[in-house]
Amino acid sequence: MKKSYYLFNPGRLSRKDNTLQFTPVDEQGKEGPCRYIPVETVSDLYVFGNLDANSAMYNFLGKNGISAHFFDYYEHYTGSFFAKDYLLAGKMQVEQTRHYTLRNKRMVLAQKFVEGAAFNMLKNLRYYNNREKDLAQIISQIEGYATQISATSEVAELMGIEGNIRQTYYAAFDTIVSGFTMVNRSKRPPLNEVNVLISFGNMMCYSVCMDMIYHTQLNPTISFLHEPGTRRYSLALDLAEIFKPVLVDRTIFRVLNKKEIQPNDFMTDINGCVLKESGKKVFVKAFEERLKETIKHRTLSKSVSYKHLVKLECYKLSKHILNIEEYKPFKIWW
Amino acid sequence: MHITATHINLYHVCHRELWLHAHEIRMENTSDTVSEGKLIHETAYPQRAERYREVVLGGVKIDFYDPKAKVVHEIKKSDKVEAAHLAQVKYYLYVLEQNGIAGATGIIEYPTLRKTETVELTPADRAAIVIWLGEISRLLAQAQCPPLLNKPICKQCSYFDFCYVEE
Ligand code: SF4
Repeated sequence: MKKSYYLFNPGRLSRKDNTLQFTPVDEQGKEGPCRYIPVETVSDLYVFGNLDANSAMYNFLGKNGISAHFFDYYEHYTGSFFAKDYLLAGKMQVEQTRHYTLRNKRMVLAQKFVEGAAFNMLKNLRYYNNREKDLAQIISQIEGYATQISATSEVAELMGIEGNIRQTYYAAFDTIVSGFTMVNRSKRPPLNEVNVLISFGNMMCYSVCMDMIYHTQLNPTISFLHEPGTRRYSLALDLAEIFKPVLVDRTIFRVLNKKEIQPNDFMTDINGCVLKESGKKVFVKAFEERLKETIKHRTLSKSVSYKHLVKLECYKLSKHILNIEEYKPFKIWW
Repeated sequence: MHITATHINLYHVCHRELWLHAHEIRMENTSDTVSEGKLIHETAYPQRAERYREVVLGGVKIDFYDPKAKVVHEIKKSDKVEAAHLAQVKYYLYVLEQNGIAGATGIIEYPTLRKTETVELTPADRAAIVIWLGEISRLLAQAQCPPLLNKPICKQCSYFDFCYVEE
């Protein structure tokens, strides 16, 4: 099984025959003992620390279809290395573009993303509402917004509703999470612990979506809900809407409620609040566990991982775009 | 567009698979079945490599052709879609014939099953191939993707998740 590798420490990555060799290098330039990673076990690399590498290494990654995603000190996604777009297909490109340019076609997809996202957020809220957290009012408020989705005729209008839903949803975090308060959603910079985790988690979710899209024939730059160009891979933003409640928020509730991440895993400096490396590692581990968790798929009648659900979403989207079958957004069915 | 042996093969397996493949909707090359298939090709008969040629005729590539004996060898992993393998090799023989090499024969080998099957091109085959080619062109020109096959073979198909995922 291939898996993602996360490089937190600074160091040098190089090719050694058919393996990747990682040599940690500390601030004084002192090398640590190297680690070897057989290339066939790698699906992608997430690079958080400073990485030294040469073009031979990137050629090697490219040949093996491995992408590398880079993040800065504040865990902002800064860019990716992708192998030559090996799966892009002419027909899909043309049809995907058509679904973007024709407004009614675009609206259909955009609405489905918001609809799926709202459904999955409500699912989270109902779960906690059944566990003695009083969220009834927030739930009915979001349900109210959700009924307006299908009546929208402009993307901007839809985005407004999406914003309302998310804001209301985040207001429930203070009730769900014990020991931390979030007050309001703040992004750049995130001002407190819960906001830091949301930003970090959303960024991880975006990267996973980006990666799954890359392994299909969809063009990651043509999106429907988000305006193409909002980010380089804006289609990943569209997909992430659906999966954030499932992958990110659930992980946040877990690490905070189980006290796997504690106040001393954060640090506040002039740029706001940041997650220390200790906290990052815990979060990434919990997030990875979430991705690997499996559920029995309804129509495939076999077990699939949460990560694979993202890929399946790409297939469904492809089928919609190719006019094979209407897209139905992923909704937690259990 | 050239009609390749893959098209002929897929035409006999599933029209949807043919359509998707021809429109470059391909699945990643990571599934175990695919790599196992490759491995058999690469390792099954290393000692025989000498006699074989790779032949490319009119966009059709034959991996193992023995020019002396005029025999096409095709190696397959399982005989689950035997008819499709047969059609593929017949198409090779047809293409060879069209290019002036008459009287070639074929052998399909199933190393893991220790089984071989010989193939000859009959007049009825020639007529059938002309029909296949017409049908394939028609299918590929069609805007709509052909319907689901819904057969046990789907379970082993690389498009299974793509085809069967709904909500
Ligand atoms: S899964 Fe079945 S229907 Fe789909 S392409 Fe494969 S054989 Fe055809």
